[in-house]
Amino acid sequence: MAEALDRDASPAVGNATGGEASRALELELRHVHKRYPSRREAAIPDLSLTVPAGEVCVLVGPSGSGKTTAMRLVNRMIPLTGGDILLGGRSVLQRDPTELRREIGYVIQQVGLFPHHTVRDNIATVPKLLGWQRARIDARVNELLELISLDADDVADRYPNQLSGGQRQRVGVARAIAADPPLLLMDEPFGAIDPINRTILQEGFLALQAQVRKTVVFVTHDIDEAIKLGDRIAILREGGVLAQYATPAEILDSPADDFVAEFVGADRALKRLGLATLADVELVAMNGHRPVGELPVSTNVRDALSVVLAAGGEPFKVIGDDGEVLGLATLDAIGGVLKDGRDIGSNGMPDSGPAHPPAHPASREKA
Amino acid sequence: MNPPFAAGVVPIIPKSLLGTPHQYACEKANRLFCWGWFKQNWSGIFWPALRQHVVLVLIAVTIGFAISMALALLAHRFRRAEQPVVWFTSFLYTIPALALFELLVGVPGLGLSRTTAEVALVSYTLLILFRNILTGLRSVSADVRDSARGMGMNNRQLLLQVELPLALPAIIAGLRIATVSTIALATLAVLVDGNEGLGAPIISAINDGYFKTELIAAGGLAVLLAVGADGLLVGTQRLLTPWARARAV
Repeated sequence: MAEALDRDASPAVGNATGGEASRALELELRHVHKRYPSRREAAIPDLSLTVPAGEVCVLVGPSGSGKTTAMRLVNRMIPLTGGDILLGGRSVLQRDPTELRREIGYVIQQVGLFPHHTVRDNIATVPKLLGWQRARIDARVNELLELISLDADDVADRYPNQLSGGQRQRVGVARAIAADPPLLLMDEPFGAIDPINRTILQEGFLALQAQVRKTVVFVTHDIDEAIKLGDRIAILREGGVLAQYATPAEILDSPADDFVAEFVGADRALKRLGLATLADVELVAMNGHRPVGELPVSTNVRDALSVVLAAGGEPFKVIGDDGEVLGLATLDAIGGVLKDGRDIGSNGMPDSGPAHPPAHPASREKA
Repeated sequence: MNPPFAAGVVPIIPKSLLGTPHQYACEKANRLFCWGWFKQNWSGIFWPALRQHVVLVLIAVTIGFAISMALALLAHRFRRAEQPVVWFTSFLYTIPALALFELLVGVPGLGLSRTTAEVALVSYTLLILFRNILTGLRSVSADVRDSARGMGMNNRQLLLQVELPLALPAIIAGLRIATVSTIALATLAVLVDGNEGLGAPIISAINDGYFKTELIAAGGLAVLLAVGADGLLVGTQRLLTPWARARAV
């Protein structure tokens, strides 16, 4: 059976080539239940949520909330004990686990690069398992190294222990998307990286995601990371219960309950400002006022607030992309974002709260 | 230093030494090592003994490695298999070598033969090789194993592409110990398999009683063989594990 699988390169994944448009599929968790044999309580009693194709869903919560378990159920690294998980409308339970996993990118905190393989061979792991041709693998590896901004000549033939932590993490991501999987699972991928490099990696991830548009399930315990990276955030509480599943803006604007409010922190208003830019602010007309400085319109509102406060609350002139003056950012104007800015930054999600969007089992979305 | 022979006693000259004035002179002086004699008997005694010795060791280590690998893979897959294997191989390892060789002669079908020697030699390699292979396989870090599985490797691919390559340093370390100790132990093979290996000239020298060259030459060859085999294995490891030498830049 194992031999048969090796030759069975999944046709869907086999179609992916370097340079072609990448794929993404909708992921649906349907009444997922997980109880470990040695425990009485279920780690996840009943979890349902849908991640639309090409979106980043961040699973966030305290330890013991089952976020990693939920993620690992998707590629069957942990067996389900109830419910179903559908990838592109197809149940993962009907697939052979190894075949399924080759179609799902997988990045863990410790990266898990193979120490005995060069960067090139690490990235080529899944394409090799799928039986790609040598030339196609080489082309794909070079393309991916470029995508993660690593110099192929410099890095491709190094071993993982010759890379920095940040480089290793990027190679881990490149390895995960090498065979153009429609879904990417990331378990605290930046958790072990120092804050400066974590920010760089987060920016890199957003830039990469803007290009490849994968469906991503991203696990973290860091709510700031969740807000920064997620199109949607699923907040889990202890006992594996979904407390709220919504866009970052919705969660910050209207936490479903006290747990969520506490989890996102007392500074949620500030975090909410961080999701908007001055373009979202209803600026005040210039007449009569004397601005103490200028801010580009692309400044995020949280930073703008900080600048304005530092200047003693005096208004700043907002400059457009072409250098034109758009108006004044005053404290009141900035605060206005919180009052009527409910839909800013959200993707038009119908509802906040633990409810999940209706299932579309047959839909196979392409990004 | 000691007077070679008591005055008036005519030395008993072994047959193999007769007829060559050079060796007689050397022997008369009771030197520890007679180079000329050694050269003269290289092709007749030492080279065949060395060849036989290498064959004895190669067969023993190869069979021992195959058995140990099978047992280690079993224990790697099924944790419960480990303890029984450790008990059994430790038991074999603690039997005094001389006793084991003599005991095996009594086993029906073995008797005085090369097979008996190999059975004894193999049994001494098992504990070391089994332990090292299993330790090597288990030393693969959990996250490497997890990511390999998560990318869709099946058990066989995980073993062949990840676990065994990463276990190589530990496996070769085991092979080095097993090889060197088998080279030393194989000198006892002569007890059950006459005229086999470097043990033969050593026994001959012991029986002879006073002429040391044979003993020292054979013992020295065994040491050189051990050092050479060890070096060969170290070289093999360096060749097979280039990642271990690639250090951070």
